[in-house]
Amino acid sequence: MTRRRFTSAGGVFLTGACAGVSAIVLLFLLGYVALQGAHALNLAFLTQLPKPVGERGGGVANGIVGSMIIVGIATLIATPIGVLTGAFIALFARGIVAETVRFLADVLSGIPSITIGLFAYTLLVAPLKHFSAVSASFAFAVLMLPVIIRTSEQAILSVPIAIREGALALGLSVYTSTTHIVLAAARPAIVTGLLLAVARITGETAPLLFTAFGSQFWELNPTNPMAELSLQVFTYAISPYQSWHEQAWAGALVLIFAVFALNLVARFAWSRKTGIPGPGR
Amino acid sequence: MHQSTSVRRSDYRALEATDRLFLWIVYGAAGFFILLVVLLFLQLLHGSELSLKAFGLKFLWTSEWNPVASRFGALPLIFGTVASSLIAIVLAGIVGIFGATYLADFAPKRIDRILSFAIELLAAVPSVVYGLWGLFVLAPLMRDHIGPSLQRVLGFLPLFSGPIYGVGLLTAGMILALMILPTVTAISRDVIVAVPREQREGSMALGATRWETITRIVLPAARAGIFGALVLALGRALGETIATTMVIGNRPEIAASLFAPSYTLSSVIANEFTEATTDVYISALVELGLLLFVVSFVVNGLARIMMGTLFRRRG
Repeated sequence: MTRRRFTSAGGVFLTGACAGVSAIVLLFLLGYVALQGAHALNLAFLTQLPKPVGERGGGVANGIVGSMIIVGIATLIATPIGVLTGAFIALFARGIVAETVRFLADVLSGIPSITIGLFAYTLLVAPLKHFSAVSASFAFAVLMLPVIIRTSEQAILSVPIAIREGALALGLSVYTSTTHIVLAAARPAIVTGLLLAVARITGETAPLLFTAFGSQFWELNPTNPMAELSLQVFTYAISPYQSWHEQAWAGALVLIFAVFALNLVARFAWSRKTGIPGPGR
Repeated sequence: MHQSTSVRRSDYRALEATDRLFLWIVYGAAGFFILLVVLLFLQLLHGSELSLKAFGLKFLWTSEWNPVASRFGALPLIFGTVASSLIAIVLAGIVGIFGATYLADFAPKRIDRILSFAIELLAAVPSVVYGLWGLFVLAPLMRDHIGPSLQRVLGFLPLFSGPIYGVGLLTAGMILALMILPTVTAISRDVIVAVPREQREGSMALGATRWETITRIVLPAARAGIFGALVLALGRALGETIATTMVIGNRPEIAASLFAPSYTLSSVIANEFTEATTDVYISALVELGLLLFVVSFVVNGLARIMMGTLFRRRG
Protein backbone atom coordinates (compact mmCIF):
# COMPACT_ATOMS: atom_id res chain seq x y z
CA MET A 1 0.00 0.00 0.00
CA THR A 2 2.74 2.45 0.95
CA ARG A 3 4.71 1.46 -2.14
CA ARG A 4 1.84 2.54 -4.37
CA ARG A 5 1.52 5.80 -2.50
CA PHE A 6 5.24 6.32 -2.80
CA THR A 7 5.11 5.72 -6.56
CA SER A 8 2.25 8.15 -6.84
CA ALA A 9 4.10 10.84 -4.96
CA GLY A 10 7.13 10.17 -7.10
CA GLY A 11 4.99 10.51 -10.20
CA VAL A 12 3.62 13.84 -9.07
CA PHE A 13 7.13 15.04 -8.38
CA LEU A 14 8.45 13.82 -11.73
CA THR A 15 5.70 15.44 -13.75
CA GLY A 16 5.96 18.61 -11.70
CA ALA A 17 9.66 18.69 -12.41
CA CYS A 18 8.97 18.42 -16.12
CA ALA A 19 6.50 21.27 -16.03
CA GLY A 20 8.76 23.35 -13.86
CA VAL A 21 11.81 22.73 -16.00
CA SER A 22 9.91 23.76 -19.09
CA ALA A 23 9.00 27.08 -17.55
CA ILE A 24 12.43 27.62 -16.04
CA VAL A 25 14.12 27.10 -19.39
CA LEU A 26 12.18 30.06 -20.70
CA LEU A 27 13.31 32.27 -17.86
CA PHE A 28 16.86 31.10 -18.32
CA LEU A 29 16.79 31.75 -22.04
CA LEU A 30 15.30 35.21 -21.62
CA GLY A 31 17.68 36.03 -18.83
CA TYR A 32 20.65 34.97 -20.87
CA VAL A 33 19.62 37.04 -23.87
CA ALA A 34 18.95 40.01 -21.61
CA LEU A 35 22.33 39.65 -19.95
CA GLN A 36 24.26 39.33 -23.18
CA GLY A 37 22.20 41.81 -25.08
CA ALA A 38 22.26 44.53 -22.46
CA HIS A 39 25.96 45.11 -23.13
CA ALA A 40 25.55 46.30 -26.65
CA LEU A 41 22.06 47.69 -26.34
CA ASN A 42 22.10 51.47 -26.24
CA LEU A 43 20.55 54.40 -28.03
CA ALA A 44 23.25 54.34 -30.70
CA PHE A 45 22.43 50.72 -31.43
CA LEU A 46 18.83 51.60 -32.08
CA THR A 47 19.45 54.69 -34.17
CA GLN A 48 22.56 54.08 -36.24
CA LEU A 49 23.22 52.23 -39.44
CA PRO A 50 25.46 49.16 -39.41
CA LYS A 51 29.13 50.01 -39.55
CA PRO A 52 31.69 48.00 -41.52
CA VAL A 53 33.37 45.22 -39.60
CA GLY A 54 36.24 46.47 -37.54
CA GLU A 55 34.73 49.85 -36.79
CA ARG A 56 33.24 50.14 -33.32
CA GLY A 57 29.61 50.92 -32.91
CA GLY A 58 26.91 50.88 -35.47
CA GLY A 59 23.39 49.72 -35.03
CA VAL A 60 20.31 48.17 -36.51
CA ALA A 61 18.19 51.25 -37.11
CA ASN A 62 17.59 50.33 -40.75
CA GLY A 63 16.55 46.85 -39.65
CA ILE A 64 13.99 48.18 -37.20
CA VAL A 65 12.52 50.54 -39.78
CA GLY A 66 12.66 47.85 -42.44
CA SER A 67 10.84 45.38 -40.22
CA MET A 68 8.08 47.88 -39.65
CA ILE A 69 7.73 48.60 -43.35
CA ILE A 70 7.71 44.95 -44.36
CA VAL A 71 5.26 43.94 -41.64
CA GLY A 72 3.11 46.98 -42.39
CA ILE A 73 2.77 46.19 -46.08
CA ALA A 74 2.15 42.53 -45.28
CA THR A 75 -0.69 43.52 -42.97
CA LEU A 76 -2.17 45.74 -45.68
CA ILE A 77 -2.15 42.85 -48.12
CA ALA A 78 -3.37 40.14 -45.79
CA THR A 79 -6.10 42.00 -43.88
CA PRO A 80 -8.72 42.52 -46.61
CA ILE A 81 -8.35 39.02 -48.03
CA GLY A 82 -8.22 37.39 -44.63
CA VAL A 83 -11.10 39.22 -42.99
CA LEU A 84 -13.36 38.82 -46.04
CA THR A 85 -12.54 35.12 -46.29
CA GLY A 86 -13.27 34.77 -42.59
CA ALA A 87 -16.58 36.55 -43.14
CA PHE A 88 -17.23 34.23 -46.05
CA ILE A 89 -16.92 31.04 -44.05
CA ALA A 90 -18.71 32.50 -41.06
CA LEU A 91 -21.66 34.02 -42.87
CA PHE A 92 -22.03 32.88 -46.44
CA ALA A 93 -20.57 29.48 -47.00
CA ARG A 94 -21.88 26.12 -45.99
CA GLY A 95 -20.81 22.51 -45.94
CA ILE A 96 -18.04 21.41 -48.25
CA VAL A 97 -17.03 24.87 -49.44
CA ALA A 98 -16.53 26.24 -45.94
CA GLU A 99 -14.76 23.05 -44.90
CA THR A 100 -12.40 23.29 -47.86
CA VAL A 101 -11.41 26.85 -47.01
CA ARG A 102 -10.91 25.92 -43.36
CA PHE A 103 -8.87 22.89 -44.32
CA LEU A 104 -6.66 24.90 -46.66
CA ALA A 105 -6.15 27.56 -44.03
CA ASP A 106 -5.19 24.96 -41.43
CA VAL A 107 -2.81 23.23 -43.82
CA LEU A 108 -1.27 26.51 -44.91
CA SER A 109 -0.55 27.38 -41.30
CA GLY A 110 1.69 24.33 -41.09
CA ILE A 111 3.71 24.87 -44.25
CA PRO A 112 7.32 25.77 -43.38
CA SER A 113 7.96 29.47 -43.81
CA ILE A 114 10.96 28.84 -46.04
CA THR A 115 8.73 27.13 -48.58
CA ILE A 116 6.52 30.21 -48.58
CA GLY A 117 9.67 32.24 -49.11
CA LEU A 118 10.40 30.11 -52.16
CA PHE A 119 6.88 30.80 -53.36
CA ALA A 120 7.39 34.54 -53.03
CA TYR A 121 10.73 34.17 -54.79
CA THR A 122 9.29 32.38 -57.81
CA LEU A 123 6.44 34.90 -58.07
CA LEU A 124 8.04 38.23 -57.30
CA VAL A 125 11.80 37.96 -57.29
CA ALA A 126 12.79 35.69 -60.14
CA PRO A 127 10.57 37.26 -62.84
CA LEU A 128 11.53 40.79 -61.84
CA LYS A 129 15.16 39.81 -61.24
CA HIS A 130 15.14 41.95 -58.16
CA PHE A 131 15.09 41.32 -54.44
CA SER A 132 12.49 43.53 -52.80
CA ALA A 133 10.74 44.24 -49.56
CA VAL A 134 7.40 43.73 -51.29
CA SER A 135 8.22 40.10 -52.01
CA ALA A 136 9.03 39.67 -48.33
CA SER A 137 5.74 41.33 -47.44
CA PHE A 138 3.95 38.96 -49.78
CA ALA A 139 5.54 35.96 -48.06
CA PHE A 140 4.60 37.39 -44.68
CA ALA A 141 1.06 38.05 -45.88
CA VAL A 142 0.70 34.40 -46.89
CA LEU A 143 1.89 33.43 -43.42
CA MET A 144 -0.60 35.80 -41.78
CA LEU A 145 -3.62 34.68 -43.80
CA PRO A 146 -4.44 31.47 -41.89
CA VAL A 147 -4.33 33.31 -38.57
CA ILE A 148 -6.49 36.17 -39.83
CA ILE A 149 -9.01 33.85 -41.47
CA ARG A 150 -9.31 31.71 -38.38
CA THR A 151 -9.58 34.57 -35.91
CA SER A 152 -11.95 36.61 -38.09
CA GLU A 153 -14.25 33.64 -38.40
CA GLN A 154 -14.27 33.11 -34.65
CA ALA A 155 -14.72 36.84 -34.05
CA ILE A 156 -17.70 37.04 -36.36
CA LEU A 157 -19.27 33.86 -34.99
CA SER A 158 -19.03 35.30 -31.49
CA VAL A 159 -21.43 38.08 -32.51
CA PRO A 160 -24.92 36.85 -31.57
CA ILE A 161 -26.88 35.77 -34.60
CA ALA A 162 -29.80 37.88 -33.45
CA ILE A 163 -27.89 41.02 -34.37
CA ARG A 164 -27.47 39.93 -37.96
CA GLU A 165 -31.02 38.67 -38.22
CA GLY A 166 -32.35 41.86 -36.67
CA ALA A 167 -30.49 44.00 -39.16
CA LEU A 168 -31.72 41.96 -42.11
CA ALA A 169 -35.25 41.91 -40.70
CA LEU A 170 -35.22 45.69 -40.54
CA GLY A 171 -34.55 45.75 -44.25
CA LEU A 172 -30.87 46.57 -44.31
CA SER A 173 -29.02 45.29 -47.35
CA VAL A 174 -26.64 42.35 -47.10
CA TYR A 175 -23.74 44.73 -47.54
CA THR A 176 -24.85 47.13 -44.80
CA SER A 177 -25.82 44.44 -42.34
CA THR A 178 -22.57 42.60 -42.85
CA THR A 179 -20.15 45.51 -42.76
CA HIS A 180 -21.83 48.14 -40.64
CA ILE A 181 -23.48 45.84 -38.15
CA VAL A 182 -21.84 42.43 -37.88
CA LEU A 183 -18.25 43.31 -38.76
CA ALA A 184 -18.49 46.46 -36.70
CA ALA A 185 -19.60 44.41 -33.71
CA ALA A 186 -16.77 41.93 -34.29
CA ARG A 187 -14.21 44.65 -34.93
CA PRO A 188 -12.37 44.58 -31.59
CA ALA A 189 -11.90 40.84 -31.84
CA ILE A 190 -10.89 41.07 -35.50
CA VAL A 191 -8.29 43.71 -34.67
CA THR A 192 -6.95 41.49 -31.91
CA GLY A 193 -6.76 38.69 -34.45
CA LEU A 194 -4.71 40.97 -36.67
CA LEU A 195 -2.39 41.62 -33.74
CA LEU A 196 -1.99 37.87 -33.32
CA ALA A 197 -1.14 37.56 -37.00
CA VAL A 198 1.48 40.29 -36.70
CA ALA A 199 2.89 38.52 -33.65
CA ARG A 200 3.05 35.36 -35.74
CA ILE A 201 5.32 36.87 -38.35
CA THR A 202 7.46 39.15 -36.22
CA GLY A 203 10.74 37.41 -35.80
CA GLU A 204 10.31 35.16 -38.84
CA THR A 205 13.57 35.07 -40.72
CA ALA A 206 13.58 32.23 -43.22
CA PRO A 207 11.40 33.77 -45.95
CA LEU A 208 13.48 36.93 -45.90
CA LEU A 209 16.69 35.22 -46.94
CA PHE A 210 15.87 35.43 -50.60
CA THR A 211 13.12 38.00 -50.75
CA ALA A 212 14.10 41.10 -48.81
CA PHE A 213 17.72 39.93 -48.82
CA GLY A 214 18.87 42.64 -46.40
CA SER A 215 20.70 45.89 -46.80
CA GLN A 216 23.39 47.98 -45.15
CA PHE A 217 21.70 51.27 -45.84
CA TRP A 218 18.59 53.26 -45.20
CA GLU A 219 15.87 52.02 -47.52
CA LEU A 220 12.35 53.29 -47.70
CA ASN A 221 11.49 52.06 -51.17
CA PRO A 222 9.65 48.77 -50.84
CA THR A 223 10.67 47.65 -54.33
CA ASN A 224 14.28 47.49 -53.21
CA PRO A 225 16.04 45.00 -50.95
CA MET A 226 15.55 46.05 -47.36
CA ALA A 227 17.14 45.37 -44.00
CA GLU A 228 15.11 43.49 -41.41
CA LEU A 229 15.90 43.04 -37.76
CA SER A 230 15.67 39.25 -37.45
CA LEU A 231 17.63 38.86 -40.68
CA GLN A 232 20.35 41.11 -39.31
CA VAL A 233 20.50 39.11 -36.10
CA PHE A 234 20.89 35.94 -38.17
CA THR A 235 23.61 37.42 -40.37
CA TYR A 236 25.53 38.76 -37.40
CA ALA A 237 25.21 35.51 -35.47
CA ILE A 238 26.70 33.29 -38.15
CA SER A 239 29.51 35.73 -38.93
CA PRO A 240 32.99 35.18 -37.52
CA TYR A 241 33.26 38.58 -35.86
CA GLN A 242 33.00 39.05 -32.11
CA SER A 243 31.64 42.59 -32.32
CA TRP A 244 28.88 41.35 -34.61
CA HIS A 245 28.06 38.56 -32.18
CA GLU A 246 27.51 41.15 -29.46
CA GLN A 247 25.22 43.09 -31.75
CA ALA A 248 23.37 39.89 -32.54
CA TRP A 249 22.53 39.48 -28.85
CA ALA A 250 21.37 43.06 -28.58
CA GLY A 251 19.25 42.66 -31.69
CA ALA A 252 17.80 39.46 -30.27
CA LEU A 253 16.85 41.33 -27.12
CA VAL A 254 15.01 43.98 -29.14
CA LEU A 255 13.27 41.23 -31.10
CA ILE A 256 12.15 39.49 -27.94
CA PHE A 257 10.80 42.75 -26.51
CA ALA A 258 8.77 43.39 -29.63
CA VAL A 259 7.49 39.83 -30.02
CA PHE A 260 6.60 39.41 -26.36
CA ALA A 261 4.86 42.76 -26.16
CA LEU A 262 2.79 41.89 -29.23
CA ASN A 263 2.00 38.39 -28.04
CA LEU A 264 1.08 39.42 -24.51
CA VAL A 265 -1.23 42.21 -25.61
CA ALA A 266 -2.77 40.16 -28.39
CA ARG A 267 -3.37 36.97 -26.41
CA PHE A 268 -4.70 38.76 -23.38
CA ALA A 269 -7.04 40.87 -25.48
CA TRP A 270 -8.15 37.83 -27.48
CA SER A 271 -9.15 35.70 -24.52
CA ARG A 272 -10.86 38.70 -22.97
CA LYS A 273 -12.87 39.54 -26.05
CA THR A 274 -13.87 36.13 -27.25
CA GLY A 275 -13.51 33.78 -24.30
CA ILE A 276 -11.61 31.34 -26.48
CA PRO A 277 -8.30 30.25 -24.93
CA GLY A 278 -6.37 31.32 -27.99
CA PRO A 279 -5.47 30.36 -31.53
CA GLY A 280 -1.97 29.53 -30.39
CA ARG A 281 0.85 29.35 -32.80
CA MET B 1 -23.00 28.66 -33.65
CA HIS B 2 -23.11 28.55 -37.43
CA GLN B 3 -24.66 31.52 -39.09
CA SER B 4 -24.06 30.74 -42.72
CA THR B 5 -26.75 31.58 -45.18
CA SER B 6 -25.59 30.75 -48.64
CA VAL B 7 -27.08 32.89 -51.36
CA ARG B 8 -29.33 31.00 -53.73
CA ARG B 9 -29.80 32.08 -57.31
CA SER B 10 -33.32 33.33 -56.58
CA ASP B 11 -31.99 35.47 -53.78
CA TYR B 12 -29.18 36.77 -55.94
CA ARG B 13 -31.57 38.04 -58.61
CA ALA B 14 -33.53 39.87 -55.97
CA LEU B 15 -30.54 41.76 -54.67
CA GLU B 16 -29.53 45.24 -55.60
CA ALA B 17 -26.30 46.11 -57.34
CA THR B 18 -24.38 47.02 -54.18
CA ASP B 19 -25.25 43.72 -52.60
CA ARG B 20 -24.32 41.77 -55.69
CA LEU B 21 -20.99 43.59 -55.85
CA PHE B 22 -20.40 42.96 -52.18
CA LEU B 23 -21.08 39.25 -52.53
CA TRP B 24 -18.78 39.11 -55.53
CA ILE B 25 -16.06 40.67 -53.40
CA VAL B 26 -16.58 38.33 -50.48
CA TYR B 27 -16.77 35.21 -52.62
CA GLY B 28 -13.86 36.56 -54.61
CA ALA B 29 -11.67 36.94 -51.54
CA ALA B 30 -12.29 33.35 -50.53
CA GLY B 31 -11.74 32.17 -54.08
CA PHE B 32 -8.54 34.17 -54.23
CA PHE B 33 -7.35 32.45 -51.08
CA ILE B 34 -8.08 28.99 -52.45
CA LEU B 35 -6.31 29.85 -55.70
CA LEU B 36 -3.35 31.18 -53.73
CA VAL B 37 -2.82 27.87 -52.01
CA VAL B 38 -3.19 26.00 -55.28
CA LEU B 39 -0.78 28.43 -56.93
CA LEU B 40 1.73 27.79 -54.17
CA PHE B 41 1.76 24.11 -55.01
CA LEU B 42 1.89 24.74 -58.75
CA GLN B 43 4.77 27.22 -58.48
CA LEU B 44 6.79 24.76 -56.44
CA LEU B 45 6.04 22.06 -59.00
CA HIS B 46 6.98 24.35 -61.88
CA GLY B 47 10.22 25.42 -60.20
CA SER B 48 11.21 21.81 -59.61
CA GLU B 49 10.66 20.78 -63.22
CA LEU B 50 14.31 20.90 -64.27
CA SER B 51 15.39 18.87 -61.29
CA LEU B 52 12.53 16.40 -61.62
CA LYS B 53 13.42 15.81 -65.26
CA ALA B 54 17.13 15.49 -64.51
CA PHE B 55 16.96 13.18 -61.51
CA GLY B 56 13.46 11.77 -61.34
CA LEU B 57 12.47 9.71 -58.33
CA LYS B 58 16.07 8.67 -57.73
CA PHE B 59 16.44 12.11 -56.19
CA LEU B 60 14.84 10.78 -53.04
CA TRP B 61 17.34 8.02 -52.40
CA THR B 62 20.54 9.36 -53.92
CA SER B 63 22.92 10.12 -51.10
CA GLU B 64 25.17 12.58 -52.87
CA TRP B 65 24.53 16.29 -52.58
CA ASN B 66 27.25 17.68 -54.78
CA PRO B 67 26.57 21.17 -56.17
CA VAL B 68 29.99 21.39 -57.80
CA ALA B 69 29.49 18.27 -59.91
CA SER B 70 25.79 19.09 -60.32
CA ARG B 71 24.75 15.79 -58.76
CA PHE B 72 21.88 16.26 -56.34
CA GLY B 73 20.39 13.69 -54.05
CA ALA B 74 18.07 14.39 -51.15
CA LEU B 75 18.76 11.35 -48.98
CA PRO B 76 21.26 12.95 -46.55
CA LEU B 77 18.90 15.88 -46.14
CA ILE B 78 15.89 13.66 -45.56
CA PHE B 79 17.94 11.74 -43.04
CA GLY B 80 19.00 14.89 -41.19
CA THR B 81 15.49 16.26 -41.16
CA VAL B 82 13.90 13.04 -39.93
CA ALA B 83 16.63 12.27 -37.39
CA SER B 84 16.69 15.72 -35.81
CA SER B 85 12.89 15.82 -35.68
CA LEU B 86 12.71 12.35 -34.13
CA ILE B 87 15.17 13.34 -31.41
CA ALA B 88 13.06 16.44 -30.81
CA ILE B 89 9.81 14.48 -30.62
CA VAL B 90 11.24 11.96 -28.17
CA LEU B 91 12.68 14.63 -25.88
CA ALA B 92 9.76 17.04 -26.10
CA GLY B 93 7.25 14.21 -25.99
CA ILE B 94 8.49 12.85 -22.69
CA VAL B 95 8.95 16.18 -20.95
CA GLY B 96 5.85 17.67 -22.56
CA ILE B 97 3.39 14.88 -21.78
CA PHE B 98 4.66 14.53 -18.23
CA GLY B 99 4.51 18.28 -17.77
CA ALA B 100 1.04 18.42 -19.25
CA THR B 101 -0.08 15.69 -16.89
CA TYR B 102 1.11 17.75 -13.96
CA LEU B 103 -0.55 20.92 -15.21
CA ALA B 104 -3.82 19.16 -15.95
CA ASP B 105 -4.26 16.96 -12.93
CA PHE B 106 -1.78 17.60 -10.16
CA ALA B 107 -1.15 21.31 -10.11
CA PRO B 108 -3.25 23.83 -8.21
CA LYS B 109 -5.13 26.15 -10.57
CA ARG B 110 -2.85 29.14 -9.98
CA ILE B 111 0.33 27.22 -10.64
CA ASP B 112 -1.28 25.71 -13.71
CA ARG B 113 -2.08 29.17 -15.05
CA ILE B 114 1.35 30.61 -14.37
CA LEU B 115 3.32 27.66 -15.73
CA SER B 116 1.07 27.26 -18.76
CA PHE B 117 1.51 30.93 -19.52
CA ALA B 118 5.29 30.71 -19.20
CA ILE B 119 5.47 27.66 -21.42
CA GLU B 120 3.25 29.25 -24.06
CA LEU B 121 5.48 32.28 -24.05
CA LEU B 122 8.28 29.92 -25.08
CA ALA B 123 6.39 29.44 -28.31
CA ALA B 124 6.59 33.15 -29.05
CA VAL B 125 10.37 33.31 -28.97
CA PRO B 126 11.64 33.89 -32.51
CA SER B 127 13.49 31.03 -34.11
CA VAL B 128 16.65 33.08 -34.64
CA VAL B 129 16.92 33.68 -30.89
CA TYR B 130 16.79 29.95 -30.25
CA GLY B 131 19.48 29.52 -32.87
CA LEU B 132 21.60 32.21 -31.28
CA TRP B 133 21.33 30.56 -27.90
CA GLY B 134 21.99 27.15 -29.38
CA LEU B 135 25.05 28.35 -31.25
CA PHE B 136 26.70 30.28 -28.43
CA VAL B 137 25.49 28.46 -25.33
CA LEU B 138 24.33 24.92 -26.09
CA ALA B 139 26.96 24.04 -28.69
CA PRO B 140 29.94 24.87 -26.46
CA LEU B 141 28.17 23.09 -23.60
CA MET B 142 27.72 20.05 -25.81
CA ARG B 143 31.31 20.16 -26.97
CA ASP B 144 32.86 20.65 -23.55
CA HIS B 145 30.56 18.86 -21.11
CA ILE B 146 27.50 17.03 -22.34
CA GLY B 147 29.19 15.29 -25.28
CA PRO B 148 32.22 13.97 -23.45
CA SER B 149 30.05 12.77 -20.54
CA LEU B 150 27.74 10.92 -22.89
CA GLN B 151 30.67 9.45 -24.72
CA ARG B 152 32.28 8.28 -21.49
CA VAL B 153 29.18 6.34 -20.52
CA LEU B 154 27.71 5.30 -23.86
CA GLY B 155 30.68 5.66 -26.21
CA PHE B 156 30.60 1.98 -27.11
CA LEU B 157 27.44 2.61 -29.10
CA PRO B 158 27.97 3.94 -32.63
CA LEU B 159 25.31 6.51 -31.78
CA PHE B 160 27.70 8.25 -29.43
CA SER B 161 30.97 7.67 -31.21
CA GLY B 162 33.13 10.02 -33.18
CA PRO B 163 34.44 13.54 -32.69
CA ILE B 164 32.28 16.04 -30.83
CA TYR B 165 32.10 19.38 -32.56
CA GLY B 166 29.39 20.93 -30.46
CA VAL B 167 27.15 21.54 -33.42
CA GLY B 168 25.51 18.47 -34.84
CA LEU B 169 22.46 16.29 -34.94
CA LEU B 170 21.97 15.99 -31.19
CA THR B 171 22.32 19.73 -30.56
CA ALA B 172 19.85 20.46 -33.33
CA GLY B 173 17.48 17.87 -31.91
CA MET B 174 17.67 19.47 -28.49
CA ILE B 175 16.97 22.97 -29.78
CA LEU B 176 14.08 21.63 -31.84
CA ALA B 177 12.75 19.87 -28.75
CA LEU B 178 12.74 23.22 -26.93
CA MET B 179 10.87 24.83 -29.78
CA ILE B 180 8.12 22.22 -30.03
CA LEU B 181 7.78 21.70 -26.26
CA PRO B 182 5.09 24.40 -25.86
CA THR B 183 3.00 22.81 -28.58
CA VAL B 184 3.18 19.35 -27.07
CA THR B 185 2.55 20.59 -23.54
CA ALA B 186 -0.31 22.95 -24.33
CA ILE B 187 -2.27 20.58 -26.55
CA SER B 188 -1.67 17.55 -24.33
CA ARG B 189 -2.84 19.55 -21.36
CA ASP B 190 -6.06 20.49 -23.14
CA VAL B 191 -6.65 16.92 -24.19
CA ILE B 192 -6.06 15.55 -20.69
CA VAL B 193 -8.31 18.17 -19.13
CA ALA B 194 -11.02 17.10 -21.54
CA VAL B 195 -11.13 13.54 -20.20
CA PRO B 196 -14.40 13.36 -18.22
CA ARG B 197 -14.15 13.81 -14.48
CA GLU B 198 -16.22 10.71 -13.86
CA GLN B 199 -13.40 8.54 -15.16
CA ARG B 200 -10.99 9.94 -12.61
CA GLU B 201 -13.49 9.88 -9.80
CA GLY B 202 -14.49 6.31 -10.55
CA SER B 203 -10.89 5.24 -10.54
CA MET B 204 -10.11 6.97 -7.26
CA ALA B 205 -13.30 5.56 -5.73
CA LEU B 206 -12.06 2.09 -6.58
CA GLY B 207 -8.91 2.82 -4.60
CA ALA B 208 -6.36 3.78 -7.24
CA THR B 209 -3.69 6.31 -6.38
CA ARG B 210 -3.46 9.54 -8.37
CA TRP B 211 -0.54 8.22 -10.38
CA GLU B 212 -2.36 4.97 -11.18
CA THR B 213 -5.41 6.94 -12.24
CA ILE B 214 -3.32 9.01 -14.58
CA THR B 215 -1.33 6.24 -16.14
CA ARG B 216 -4.05 3.60 -16.40
CA ILE B 217 -7.22 5.62 -16.99
CA VAL B 218 -6.67 9.23 -18.02
CA LEU B 219 -3.69 9.01 -20.35
CA PRO B 220 -5.03 6.04 -22.31
CA ALA B 221 -8.29 7.94 -22.74
CA ALA B 222 -6.38 10.96 -24.00
CA ARG B 223 -4.20 8.84 -26.24
CA ALA B 224 -5.62 9.97 -29.58
CA GLY B 225 -5.39 13.68 -28.87
CA ILE B 226 -1.90 13.41 -27.44
CA PHE B 227 -0.80 11.51 -30.49
CA GLY B 228 -2.29 14.26 -32.63
CA ALA B 229 -0.33 16.80 -30.62
CA LEU B 230 2.86 14.86 -31.27
CA VAL B 231 2.14 14.69 -34.99
CA LEU B 232 1.50 18.42 -35.09
CA ALA B 233 4.72 19.08 -33.21
CA LEU B 234 6.52 16.78 -35.64
CA GLY B 235 5.24 18.90 -38.49
CA ARG B 236 6.67 22.00 -36.84
CA ALA B 237 10.02 20.33 -36.24
CA LEU B 238 10.30 19.08 -39.82
CA GLY B 239 9.93 22.58 -41.23
CA GLU B 240 12.00 24.55 -38.76
CA THR B 241 14.75 26.36 -40.61
CA ILE B 242 16.72 29.09 -38.91
CA ALA B 243 17.49 27.55 -35.54
CA THR B 244 18.42 24.26 -37.21
CA THR B 245 20.70 25.98 -39.72
CA MET B 246 22.65 27.58 -36.93
CA VAL B 247 23.37 24.44 -34.94
CA ILE B 248 23.30 21.45 -37.22
CA GLY B 249 26.73 21.74 -38.76
CA ASN B 250 25.65 21.92 -42.38
CA ARG B 251 27.24 18.75 -43.72
CA PRO B 252 25.19 16.75 -46.22
CA GLU B 253 26.31 13.33 -45.07
CA ILE B 254 24.63 10.45 -43.35
CA ALA B 255 26.51 9.41 -40.24
CA ALA B 256 25.74 7.02 -37.43
CA SER B 257 26.77 9.30 -34.61
CA LEU B 258 24.48 11.80 -32.93
CA PHE B 259 27.45 14.11 -32.54
CA ALA B 260 28.08 14.29 -36.28
CA PRO B 261 27.17 17.39 -38.25
CA SER B 262 24.17 16.93 -40.46
CA TYR B 263 21.91 18.88 -42.79
CA THR B 264 18.18 19.33 -43.12
CA LEU B 265 15.95 20.02 -46.11
CA SER B 266 15.13 23.52 -44.91
CA SER B 267 18.71 24.35 -43.88
CA VAL B 268 20.13 23.55 -47.25
CA ILE B 269 17.58 25.82 -48.91
CA ALA B 270 18.37 28.60 -46.45
CA ASN B 271 22.11 28.29 -46.88
CA GLU B 272 22.50 27.62 -50.55
CA PHE B 273 19.61 29.26 -52.34
CA THR B 274 21.19 32.66 -52.76
CA GLU B 275 24.41 31.03 -53.86
CA ALA B 276 22.96 28.57 -56.33
CA THR B 277 24.71 29.13 -59.60
CA THR B 278 23.06 26.90 -62.14
CA ASP B 279 19.41 26.51 -63.05
CA VAL B 280 19.37 22.84 -62.12
CA TYR B 281 20.86 23.75 -58.73
CA ILE B 282 18.04 26.21 -58.06
CA SER B 283 15.56 23.69 -59.35
CA ALA B 284 16.90 21.00 -57.02
CA LEU B 285 16.49 23.38 -54.09
CA VAL B 286 12.94 24.23 -55.12
CA GLU B 287 12.27 20.50 -55.35
CA LEU B 288 13.39 20.23 -51.73
CA GLY B 289 10.87 22.95 -50.96
CA LEU B 290 8.23 20.93 -52.78
CA LEU B 291 9.18 17.90 -50.71
CA LEU B 292 8.80 19.99 -47.56
CA PHE B 293 5.41 21.18 -48.75
CA VAL B 294 4.13 17.68 -49.46
CA VAL B 295 5.43 16.28 -46.18
CA SER B 296 4.00 19.08 -44.05
CA PHE B 297 0.71 18.92 -45.97
CA VAL B 298 0.38 15.24 -45.13
CA VAL B 299 1.56 15.59 -41.54
CA ASN B 300 -0.65 18.56 -40.77
CA GLY B 301 -3.60 16.97 -42.51
CA LEU B 302 -3.10 13.89 -40.33
CA ALA B 303 -2.81 16.01 -37.19
CA ARG B 304 -5.97 17.89 -38.08
CA ILE B 305 -7.91 14.67 -38.54
CA MET B 306 -6.61 13.29 -35.29
CA MET B 307 -7.23 16.36 -33.24
CA GLY B 308 -10.54 17.58 -34.60
CA THR B 309 -11.70 20.91 -33.22
CA LEU B 310 -8.71 21.13 -30.93
CA PHE B 311 -6.58 21.85 -33.97
CA ARG B 312 -8.32 25.12 -34.71
CA ARG B 313 -7.97 26.31 -31.16
CA ARG B 314 -4.36 25.41 -30.68
CA GLY B 315 -2.84 24.52 -34.02
